[in-house]
Amino acid sequence: MASMDAFRNNVRDWLESNCPESQRQPIIKDQQIWAGRNRSFYCYDSKLWFERMRDKGWTAPTWPIEYGGGGLTPDQAKILEQEMKALGCRPALYDIGLWMFGPALLEYGTEEQKQEHIPKIVRGEIRWAQGYSEPSAGSDLAALKTRAEDKGDHFLINGTKMWTTQGDKSDWIFCLVRTDPDAPKQQGISFLLIDMANEGGDARPMELINGDHEFCQTFFDDVKVPKKNLVGKLNDGWSVAKALLKYERNMMSIMSSIVEKEEGDIVEIAKRYVGTDSSGILTNSSVRSQLSLHLMSAQADLWSGIRLYEQHKKGLSDGGLGLTMKYMSTTEQQRKDELLLSIMGNQGLSWQNQKLSEAENKSVKNWAYNKAHTIAGGTSEIQLNIIAKKALNLPS
Amino acid sequence: MSMVLNEEQCLLEDTIRDFLSSHAPVASLRQIRDTQDELGYSDELWQQLTDLGIPSILMPEEFDGLGFGFKGLGAVMQQMGRHLTASPLFATVVLAASAIELGATEKQKQELLPKITAGQLTLSLAMDEGFHHHPLNTDVRLEDDKGKLTISGEKAFVLDGSSADSFIVLVRSFGKKGDAKGLSLVLVNRDSPGLTIERTQYMDGRNAADLIFDQVLVTENQLIGSLGEAYPILQQVLDRGVIAMSAEMLGGCQEVFERTLHYLRDREQFGVKIGTFQALQHRASMMFCQLEQSKSAVLKALSSLDSNSPDCSIQASIAKTLMNDCYQKITNEAIQMHGGMGITDELDIGLFLKRARISIQILGDSDYHKNRYAELNGY
Ligand SMILES: Cc1cc2nc3c(=O)[nH]c(=O)nc-3n(C[C@H](O)[C@H](O)[C@H](O)COP(=O)(O)OP(=O)(O)OC[C@H]3O[C@@H](n4cnc5c(N)ncnc54)[C@H](O)[C@@H]3O)c2cc1C
Repeated sequence: MASMDAFRNNVRDWLESNCPESQRQPIIKDQQIWAGRNRSFYCYDSKLWFERMRDKGWTAPTWPIEYGGGGLTPDQAKILEQEMKALGCRPALYDIGLWMFGPALLEYGTEEQKQEHIPKIVRGEIRWAQGYSEPSAGSDLAALKTRAEDKGDHFLINGTKMWTTQGDKSDWIFCLVRTDPDAPKQQGISFLLIDMANEGGDARPMELINGDHEFCQTFFDDVKVPKKNLVGKLNDGWSVAKALLKYERNMMSIMSSIVEKEEGDIVEIAKRYVGTDSSGILTNSSVRSQLSLHLMSAQADLWSGIRLYEQHKKGLSDGGLGLTMKYMSTTEQQRKDELLLSIMGNQGLSWQNQKLSEAENKSVKNWAYNKAHTIAGGTSEIQLNIIAKKALNLPS
Repeated sequence: MSMVLNEEQCLLEDTIRDFLSSHAPVASLRQIRDTQDELGYSDELWQQLTDLGIPSILMPEEFDGLGFGFKGLGAVMQQMGRHLTASPLFATVVLAASAIELGATEKQKQELLPKITAGQLTLSLAMDEGFHHHPLNTDVRLEDDKGKLTISGEKAFVLDGSSADSFIVLVRSFGKKGDAKGLSLVLVNRDSPGLTIERTQYMDGRNAADLIFDQVLVTENQLIGSLGEAYPILQQVLDRGVIAMSAEMLGGCQEVFERTLHYLRDREQFGVKIGTFQALQHRASMMFCQLEQSKSAVLKALSSLDSNSPDCSIQASIAKTLMNDCYQKITNEAIQMHGGMGITDELDIGLFLKRARISIQILGDSDYHKNRYAELNGY
């Protein structure tokens, strides 16, 4: 206990003297520090903050020190997270490799693979993309067709991946590919790491309903990949993918908390758009009631997260609570978005409205973008299927 | 403060679960209902619970409190919700004894609390007026005619009202409807001249009453707390009550949900278990999500009482609103998924449905708490 308090004090002191003032403001999307060969910083402070965190290994607080990580215990990492939150420190690095792929590689990779990739992730030198989905393989991921042919010293890749987040800006992509077309669906799949700089790879952005171009269709046309880039056993990629899934759920909650901070305070927006009486009470009682229900539910979802953590820490089973989190937080986010839009009336119908503040314009854009939350990373319907089976033991 | 139960609290929960399932299964509530039992609960059961120390659960140490805290109370309330146990725990211990603990003089405490822990005194908080819970709108008057104090007016939905030995009555000493200032709490014996007790027959079979006060004479010694200054105490009492009731509802809701899952796994139509139908699976999964969310709100609220946190009122309103909506939803779905059997009195599902609707009204429905939450948050 005492040593934890001492740790907390050290962390706080360190953050206070090392996190520049400008990096203690709520993060906005354009100022995020994404990993990669072409990494860029919007200002000197953000570079400084990133480098200081990187050098302590705190970009990946719980990863082993030998690979450049922070070597913290889960409890220590929680303290770091709490102290960063308390000071309002921005995350020092954004990367799918950091959130999803790295943890899975630490679990499944060979020593050589870890040596090659993990330090670069911690140091933000490589940006990773996820290559799972395909035009005809979405929820039914195991229907994927991208082919990896064994050519002796390398695999030859042909096929198309869909939805590759930031595919055009990523350096490497971790892919599920078919290595045995004759085996039953899930058994002929392998997990392969592909350098996007390779000849024959091409990521083309697709435009989304909010005008963003973050997602790509990625084409592989006779791309050569060395054998050492196979993670896990040949034809056993499904196990690696399943392990990775649990980190993906974490990522979804990180993502929605980022969005949260970009928006204006919904209570203030409501006051401005629907009006208040002389004592500051919203004059539209229906909006007021919907607002309360949203804030209450969002609050309770946070308590669920803490309860989940406390249960895990005590070594108790979570009774299925963990499986509910993605469905609940993404659904609630969309409820909020719809409420916000209706509160703003005709002002909420454009995302280039000169009369709106930047935060308000963002809210409208997010309303459209956040429709993706209940689709990406396993649709809501798939989540409900899983809950029915795993948490409720309903027959199939 | 953690939301997870500690070892002693787990042990308490196990003890109560075992005790209630053997001594007070849901069938005993049927008996109370069918015989239109005067008390609306089993006194024998209450004496047994007293032997287990349950009335002392919240008491301060000097009154032999058990030190299980509010999470301990929550565990007991949940089990009572699961078994639909009728008992004076809520009205006497959670509400009335809290008012005494927080507002009464040392002398009053010495006189009243030991009797409560010994199972010899039952009390009831007479608070609501009209059709909805709204304590600030209290209009039952405490008139002061040159030192002669009298109460006049009507109270409704007084839980355990037809059986309690005495009432703690929320009255207005001065000010107008809606004012926080001017509210007082007065202890009134059920036999007081001018007090008429009309038992109501609510659909959960438990006892409640409307009270009519016609110039009921009281003295200053009967005041709990200072004249006109009851509101801050009342708020604390009600936060405890709201959170404890939410815990009872959580237990009931879990029970009726589990019974429904059991039916989905068991019942066959079209040659398969009905639980294989995705239309039902998804609804069951959504209920589970809502239930887990409400559970988090209730556990958080209980732990905020334990740590005496300044946001107890906010947590109380969150817990009650989410639990109200959840219990309403899940009891309706439970009936629907049981098909025709769901609307027979043969199954217990209907008993949960009825208790749900009563508990939703107890200490505020969702509209009340959403409004209160908005006020507490300045919009
Ligand atoms: C913003 C965003 C980012 C993404 N990022 C990536 C990425 O980086 N890498 C990557 O590989 N993929 C990514 N994806 C793809 C994502 O994983 C898929 O979109 C998702 O799995 C759903 O597949 P689908 O879009 O083909 O929809 P479909 O699977 O075709 O689903 C269509 C509808 O049918 C429903 N449905 C399907 N199966 C069932 C069932 N068994 N029971 C009930 N209903 C069902 C679905 O719930 C949905 O409502 C991303 C998607 C989005 C939107």
